[in-house]
Amino acid sequence: MMRNYYRPENLNDGLVALSENSWTMLAGGTDFYPARVGKHIKEKVLDLTGIKELRSIKETKDQIYIGALTTWTDIFKANLPEAFEGLRKASKTIGGVQTQNAGTICGNVCNASPAADSIPNLLALEAKVQLMSVKETRILPLEKFILGNRKIARKDNELVTGLIIPFPSKEARGNFEKLGSRAFLVISIAMVGVVVDFNESREIENLNVAVGSCSAVSKRLYLLEEEAIGQKLQDIEIKPLHLENLEPINDIRGTAAYRIAVISELVLRAIKGV
Amino acid sequence: MNKKDKSSVTFNLNGAPRTVFSSQIRRFSDVLREDLGLKGTKVGCDAGDCGACTILINGEQRYACLTATGQLDGCDVTTVEGLSKNGELTSLQHSFWAEGAAQCGICTPGMLMAAQSLLNQVPHPSEDQVLDALSGVLCRCTGYSKIIKAVINSTQKPTPISYPEVGNAVGSRMVKVDGYEKLTGEEIFAADKAPENSLWLRAIRSPHARARFSLKNPEKAMNKYSGLVKVLTAEDVPGNNGFGIYPHIKDQPVLAQDNVRFRGEAIAALIGDRESVESVTEEDLNLTWQPFEAVRGLESAIAANLDPVQSGFPDNTLSRGFVKKCEVEKGFSESHKIVEGIWTTSAIEHGYIEPEAGFANRIGDNIEIFVCTQTPYMDQSEVAQVLGIDKNQVRIIPSAVGGGFGGKLDISVHPLIAVAAWVLNHPVRCVYTRPESLASTTKRHPVRIRAKAGCSKDGKLTAFEFHGDFNTGAYASWGPTVADRVPIHCTGPYFVPNMLSETRALFTNESPSGAFRGFGTPQAAIAHEALMDTLAEKICMDPLEFRIKNALRKGDRTNTGQLLENSVGQTDCLESLKSRWVKWRKSAEEYNKKSAVIKRGVGSGSVWYGCGNTSMSNPSTIQVGISKKGKVTLYNGAMDIGQGANTVMVQICADALGIPASQFDIVMGDTNLTADAGKTSASRQTFVSGKASQLAGERLRAKIIHLAEVSDKASIHIEGEKLTAKDETGEHLIILSDIIPHENGDVLTGEGTFDPPTTPLDENGQGSPYATYGFGAQIAEVEVDTSLGTTKVLRIAAAHDVGKIINPTQVEGQIHGGIAQGLGLALMEEYIQEVSENLHDYLMPTVGDMPSIEVILIEDSEPLGPYGAKGIGEHALIPTAPAIIGGIKHATGIVINHLPATPDRVFSAIQKAGHKNTNS
Ligand SMILES: Cc1cc2nc3c(=O)[nH]c(=O)nc-3n(C[C@@H](O)[C@@H](O)[C@H](O)COP(=O)(O)OP(=O)(O)OC[C@H]3O[C@@H](n4cnc5c(N)ncnc54)[C@H](O)[C@@H]3O)c2cc1C
Ligand code: FES
Ligand code: FES
Repeated sequence: MMRNYYRPENLNDGLVALSENSWTMLAGGTDFYPARVGKHIKEKVLDLTGIKELRSIKETKDQIYIGALTTWTDIFKANLPEAFEGLRKASKTIGGVQTQNAGTICGNVCNASPAADSIPNLLALEAKVQLMSVKETRILPLEKFILGNRKIARKDNELVTGLIIPFPSKEARGNFEKLGSRAFLVISIAMVGVVVDFNESREIENLNVAVGSCSAVSKRLYLLEEEAIGQKLQDIEIKPLHLENLEPINDIRGTAAYRIAVISELVLRAIKGV
Repeated sequence: MNKKDKSSVTFNLNGAPRTVFSSQIRRFSDVLREDLGLKGTKVGCDAGDCGACTILINGEQRYACLTATGQLDGCDVTTVEGLSKNGELTSLQHSFWAEGAAQCGICTPGMLMAAQSLLNQVPHPSEDQVLDALSGVLCRCTGYSKIIKAVINSTQKPTPISYPEVGNAVGSRMVKVDGYEKLTGEEIFAADKAPENSLWLRAIRSPHARARFSLKNPEKAMNKYSGLVKVLTAEDVPGNNGFGIYPHIKDQPVLAQDNVRFRGEAIAALIGDRESVESVTEEDLNLTWQPFEAVRGLESAIAANLDPVQSGFPDNTLSRGFVKKCEVEKGFSESHKIVEGIWTTSAIEHGYIEPEAGFANRIGDNIEIFVCTQTPYMDQSEVAQVLGIDKNQVRIIPSAVGGGFGGKLDISVHPLIAVAAWVLNHPVRCVYTRPESLASTTKRHPVRIRAKAGCSKDGKLTAFEFHGDFNTGAYASWGPTVADRVPIHCTGPYFVPNMLSETRALFTNESPSGAFRGFGTPQAAIAHEALMDTLAEKICMDPLEFRIKNALRKGDRTNTGQLLENSVGQTDCLESLKSRWVKWRKSAEEYNKKSAVIKRGVGSGSVWYGCGNTSMSNPSTIQVGISKKGKVTLYNGAMDIGQGANTVMVQICADALGIPASQFDIVMGDTNLTADAGKTSASRQTFVSGKASQLAGERLRAKIIHLAEVSDKASIHIEGEKLTAKDETGEHLIILSDIIPHENGDVLTGEGTFDPPTTPLDENGQGSPYATYGFGAQIAEVEVDTSLGTTKVLRIAAAHDVGKIINPTQVEGQIHGGIAQGLGLALMEEYIQEVSENLHDYLMPTVGDMPSIEVILIEDSEPLGPYGAKGIGEHALIPTAPAIIGGIKHATGIVINHLPATPDRVFSAIQKAGHKNTNS
């Protein structure tokens, strides 16, 4: 029987369904439904929420695995290393509690909005995306997975099953700064995710910093990252050159000029506030 | 819906197992409401932006509108209907009622569920925890203060719900008479009711601001969708295909013919089963568009280079307003200092959480319309002329209204469903989607104001000049009202010896601008208050002192030459803020000495605003009756849109009649059952209808006194069919069932009518446009992050002269809610067609954006008003934005001339000013 809605109860059934037909994926629905206001929903929907095994956070020695159905609230409540503080902070800024209870972090990644708050944090954490089909499992660095504004490298028969994050060092700490026009329920005008690792003398051993809402896809600031190595937190300075790869646009939330002008302050706050 | 797409889903609903047979991808909110009949869960956006649909799933708060029904399999679901058990309210609901946390009540179910999820986990939450838990639910009425308080207080011993004793209703914190229904989800809003067999209506709307269209052959769509019953077009409108507020300007078509003038204009309406009307595409309709360059913005309207928006108005000027007092030029020439400026504001959405909805049902030669409205009687005339029938054939039955703020003064779904139901002779319903509501209904006028003020050496205002252009959009709506009201109020509540003001309402191909809390005066207040600040600065006087010095006082003549004889509490309001003002300013300046990036500042704003229509008769009639069984009913035509008219009218009538308020039943706003009490607008209901309610109560009392032959002082008791009047001579019994009843079953009735006295304005705008004015002032402390341009309002003190406080809880509620909207106007709200057609991108204040608010109420009695009362509805909003903008200036030295003061605008102003002016 051809059906328009299918809610498999295990991963395999889901993958088989994907191998047979093309589906629109549904997880928490917090992007899916808002895009369909007033419309009769006719597309074929594969509802992933029955695949309980995908709602999990697993730690091994060298990596942390975040299953595809992990919600923002799950992230907030999980006991994750300090390096995840940015992601944890972000989880409390995604809509209200209702959105955080339903929305998944993988859905946020798959939706690939320029303003997706998970992405700068995940870039800073050097996350990889795990994709599965009945045939194969692929693991792509997040930067290779997100191709553009709402474009991802998922093939039609693939499911994003989770995110894989290399286990951060004990010293590593994360942070997130989000700029918006109101206190809650606000889409980022710009946001910054950072993860900083220190050596014994509290100098920066490694800095990962990514900026969102200032280009079609969130971007790492590699030049700044390189120059920061060996510096103390309080000595970090942002130069225009560091931000050269950003391409902000004018939109309802702010002008391009404004974004460029404030981003260095946001980056500084994010780094210094870890 | 294909049968094969449906399957059964079983879950626990409010403690009992339920199975639904439905498409599993359907939003659960829809299944709850339409299949299970649980209408307590509200829908305000279907997009996760408003929170009205919040329910508990396995104890967690979730948006029902973002939940696929299939996901509920095996879950535990609690909706608002599951809170109270056996009619007994929970302590949370109880607390909401006692605190006045529900105004219109449309957000209340969502708020209750969000709060309950917190209380289930944290029995004694902190304020921060409450803010977090409520962060996903918007309220447009209350400003959140009372909601937060209600949640926190719910964990303490509940305040009992008690009604005031006889004679003590006025002035008491009586709870809302319609509060219970709002807390249990039983209240029936516009989308909550329709005949079972109703057809659905969906309007097809223009995606272009200006275009010619052709809709050649809708029959194709009819053949494709078996459930599509009719495609309604302009030809189907039986009467006049035009509507509008003014009897002589019916310029907005029900369904456009060939041409559209704004994005969102309706050109056709699909009627049929819901799935079909939601499925039809423009291609199915053979719809083609030929867009033209549109008149956008005031500049383009004034330049008039393009074809005029409406051919009858070649210079795009809909109307003008003018007021002139004495010699403005002379005033300026004698001034010690003169300051001037230009201010602009953006279109603003009313943002009520309830989108427009209703149903129409034809009954023979009559039509009944159930709809959310602020003005049932105007709707009645409007629908009659669109259908080409007599007014008496139209009955408007207002639903509970989930917020209005002026937006539901214009008709919306009414003519569409009326025409459809009339033509098809079948009940038809329509519920606007949020994007449709945003795109098609009126906005607050964007303005461009040029204003100038002068003062003498000792700080007395000498002259004031004001030129205001108002973008009224594609159709007239309330444009002329705004153009008239603003010049009268444009100086603020100050005595100005010489003034001149002129306004224009200009057509553009943008959303029609209509009535929105203050009819243009909130925009004007930004200019007059900025001028007061700058003048004070120029002569080195404290800005509050400057305002006190110039405030209108009893005995002064206004801009229109009206002598203010009574109830002018402006100086009291300002004086009452003085000690706070001095303290707050000082503490901000101290703070700034130690803070380089975060700067604090304190600003102030004043308001005066006439209660009632401008120089126009605007009577209200209220009736009260006692049935033979002793039931007392107030027939209240004054629409309660959340502000609490139902409660206020009962309080007033109860004291006038001399019986307890708790004995009253109420019938609201039904054109068949109540008399015309005018519009719920212009802050007139408490003042005008309230007076009518007092007179009705007094008349009925006089009848009883006469009938029972007792003295004026007698007390009245009604118990069943026995009415006893007691005075010093003893008890006098009236057996109600012995009296021949009127048509509606009442045996004793009283009716009161009040029309506030005004005079017409002459060619210089001189006269007495309003019978009374409300006055007020607010001060706001803000915090500006100068590196990012973000502004947070920390605290506000609001002093308002309301004549007489009929109900302190409700007055506070109006002030809190007005401040929230004023804050939105100042900092974040900006409606841009196409871009902000959802509540994701149209930002309104959330629970986390509100400052702490202190309300100071001044009672300078108004002899004409009921027990001395006058209005507050609009006054509360007007001073807020000026106070906030003044606060930003005090903090940073920057002048904001274009509102809202979004982070990018504040930041760029700071950059331009080069940081040099901060108050430290
Ligand atoms: C009120 C509100 C406020 C919000 N605020 C923010 C905010 O501030 N910042 C922010 O970043 N986001 C915000 N969002 C969006 C955020 O909630 C979503 O991006 C969310 O994280 C997406 O998860 P979901 O599970 O709800 O996805 P869904 O809506 O179910 O799906 C999203 C998209 O991803 C696809 N998809 C989902 N899971 C998979 C999978 N495993 N494999 C392949 N494809 C998949 C779906 O097909 C769909 O295209 C907000 C949303 C709402 C409603
Ligand atoms: S209706 Fe669900 S959030 Fe608005
Ligand atoms: S009471 Fe909250 S929206 Fe009206």
